[in-house]
Amino acid sequence: MLNQAAVGASGEPFELVVERGKIGELARAIGAEHPDHRSAQPVPPPTFLTTMFHWERLRLDSNPWHRVGMSEERGMHAEQEYVFHGPPPVAGTRLLCTSRIESITEKHGKRGGTLTFAVMVTELRDDSGRLVAEARMTGVETERAPDGAAGGAP
Amino acid sequence: MIPPPPRVFGPITRTDVVRYQGASGDLNPVHHDEPFALGAGYPAPLVVGMLPAGVMFAWASDWLGPANVRRVRCRWQAPVFPGDVLTTSGTIAREYDDGGERRVDLELVSTKQDGAVAVRGWATFVAPPTPPPLAPSTDGKESR
Repeated sequence: MLNQAAVGASGEPFELVVERGKIGELARAIGAEHPDHRSAQPVPPPTFLTTMFHWERLRLDSNPWHRVGMSEERGMHAEQEYVFHGPPPVAGTRLLCTSRIESITEKHGKRGGTLTFAVMVTELRDDSGRLVAEARMTGVETERAPDGAAGGAP
Repeated sequence: MIPPPPRVFGPITRTDVVRYQGASGDLNPVHHDEPFALGAGYPAPLVVGMLPAGVMFAWASDWLGPANVRRVRCRWQAPVFPGDVLTTSGTIAREYDDGGERRVDLELVSTKQDGAVAVRGWATFVAPPTPPPLAPSTDGKESR
């Protein structure tokens, strides 16, 4: 059972600076070979914003996900989405990020009983306040212990 | 536009997973700590889902250019373990104009050596005027 009261809960805003070294590190880890990752002003790979883990940790209460109360044993990363409102932010860009719990919904699965989905959205804005990107993470909790059918705990 | 040939990544090693986790900052021990993973009921450390997802979308951004991406979404469907070999492929679902800008929607899939779908993806890119050809790589990894 997830905590329905968590819907709407927001974390404290946190800073994320798109770093050249981190772009190179992630590109190497996923085999991204485009020369733009290594140019004078490197462009990150499409899933680069996953590195916000490093930044949200620097600020207490930046991540409201714990309020959902998802089980560590039965919780998994089900879906991930990144939306860019224009070209992705290049190295040197400073973004201000805010996460909030967007929804918690139930679905009756065929095998695993009831599945409960929780969605957290993070909005990333530049210094002028323009919405640059959104990250949307969906976690799922199964009623029974999972058979390892997804990407791992969120 | 014609999508490039499929890209093979793997066999995935524990070093690949550790490198990815260090880069991403997701240090969940279930993805690298064998006793922890076995204790959680897995037969081996589970490859962190964002690694095959990242590999899959890199196939698309190596082709169409990372500056052209506007949306990516993925859904995990089967667990991936060290030793698995993933093959990414994709098709063009739609080409269209969006506010005077040429866009292309892709449908992507990453399959394991046994044919199981590990992760499925959807992406939207601004279509480059002339997408450069992409050479297939041997194992998708740089030399260590």
